[in-house]
Amino acid sequence: MELIERTATELIKLQAEGATAEKITSDFLASIKSRDDKIKAFMFVDESDALAQARAVDAKRKKGEKIGVLAGVPIAIKDVLCTKGQPTTCSSKMLQNFRPPYDAHVITKLREADAVLIGKTNMDEFAMGSSTENSAYQTTRNPWDLERIPGGSSGGSAAAVAACESAFSLGSDTGGSIRQPASLCGIVGLKPTYGRVSRYGLIAFASSLDQIGPFTHDLADCALLMEVIAGHDPRDSTSIDHPVPAYTKSLNQPIKPLTIGVAKEYFGEGLDPEVEKSVRDALKVYESQGATIKEISLPHSKYAVAVYYIVATAEASSNLARYEGMHYGHRTKTKSGLIQTYSKTRAEGFGKEVQRRIMLGTYALSSGYKDAYYVKALKVRRLIKNDFDAAFAAGCDVVMGPTAPTAAFKMGEKTDNPLSMYLSDIYTISCNLAGIAGISIPCGFTKSGLPIGLQIQAAPFEEEKLLRVGRMYESATDWHTKRAKV
Amino acid sequence: MAMDLETVRKVANLARLDLSDADLAVMASQLSAILDYVDLLTELNTDGVEPMAHPLPVQNVFRADELAPSLPVDQALANAPSRLGDFFGVPAVLETEREEA
Repeated sequence: MELIERTATELIKLQAEGATAEKITSDFLASIKSRDDKIKAFMFVDESDALAQARAVDAKRKKGEKIGVLAGVPIAIKDVLCTKGQPTTCSSKMLQNFRPPYDAHVITKLREADAVLIGKTNMDEFAMGSSTENSAYQTTRNPWDLERIPGGSSGGSAAAVAACESAFSLGSDTGGSIRQPASLCGIVGLKPTYGRVSRYGLIAFASSLDQIGPFTHDLADCALLMEVIAGHDPRDSTSIDHPVPAYTKSLNQPIKPLTIGVAKEYFGEGLDPEVEKSVRDALKVYESQGATIKEISLPHSKYAVAVYYIVATAEASSNLARYEGMHYGHRTKTKSGLIQTYSKTRAEGFGKEVQRRIMLGTYALSSGYKDAYYVKALKVRRLIKNDFDAAFAAGCDVVMGPTAPTAAFKMGEKTDNPLSMYLSDIYTISCNLAGIAGISIPCGFTKSGLPIGLQIQAAPFEEEKLLRVGRMYESATDWHTKRAKV
Repeated sequence: MAMDLETVRKVANLARLDLSDADLAVMASQLSAILDYVDLLTELNTDGVEPMAHPLPVQNVFRADELAPSLPVDQALANAPSRLGDFFGVPAVLETEREEA
């Protein structure tokens, strides 16, 4: 097996046995060089900086100094996370030349853990989209089929791992933007509980929904990365001061007894039969391990997409008001008064989907419509959360179902119809609205070789349970060992 | 609910987006389609349901009132589209004759 196909956990072990961080990083850089013309996962790679980080790790190790838990492992970063002095574009023209003066909290954590930050990845502009086709710069391809999209909005981070251009990566998830691309790219993607990971330095889309989380080949790597990025940070007032469990230590302990809630609403119209079969087969694996399957109902699931496109756009319209060309980012060349400068700057700097969402959110918050749209959506959001609370109170340890209704779709298939694109997040959105934890793990392939994901959701701060439950399935299957032929 | 062109124009102004008439027309039809879909919510009776703006019980978080270093001026201005000395250069706020530097 080539180095680039290894997991982060394996790469750490190989270094303890004599491999160098420099060799590992060089191999991944070579992979990016040879593959990324096709995949287009990366927005920015600084080879000499990556190699310098790797050599610093090797030097520390040689001198016998204490090294971090992710030492010498290359990690790719979604371009929504601020990296000091390096381009951070959000894949938008608006931030084309933006170089943040500080690191995001998770970036500081990665540096402290001696990870090698290998580059910034492509995304839907401002994390708005489900296919990464809304990037202002390039369209990322699915490593399993280059004619198809990798999912979104964290498509670059998912594709970078699936194409072995990085050992693991970070993304952000507002309505499924980690889990859906993980599912479509055949890897593991976790959206932590709201408040579990600090959002300091995460460029905001919808602040009551956004969370940062890992993309990895397997659950051991996911547990490892979560141990590094989770935890309290006083710079994010919504970050919760709650102990971070040693996820890697308990990972291989199965949950027994295990009750799995299966909501009938996740198996309705629009679900591809091949996806349904893989998910049902996964449930059988759990049954064979002694789990109890409990039929449940999440009756307000069908309203989740409608609620989301009001709540998320309302928050976005407010968050994105900061891009007016005064302090940083694009400013129009047209000389005019202040208000016209704002309006021209924003019309030039934002792409169509971002404009559409700002418009929708502005409308939903505007005088005369706020109660009918925004407040109404917030009430239904409560009902969606109550559905999950009831399921967990009734004894479900986790709720399982498909991550996405279909495998990866073709490029351009949904770009003319925003609503059909929105509906590809139908199973992932409720998790963000309720603020609970969710993960997607690989659970098979379609006949044409496209990956399928199983979504597992748990109550707030139950990431440890999610990982252990996921690991039960992973230990009985080998989907996570498959690598795309690029 | 259909959104007419005048409403779309008004919202674009509120959102500070200088859109062409052609863009506004496309926006009107796309937003109308999305709002039609969102109208699904009206079938639910939500009387007495407490709106949920946030997944956590939000409370104000105070930090200790202690001095800490803030961003140096040069770093704060490094991304400025226009810099005038130690300030951000901006178009005249009061819309006088004075030109932007």
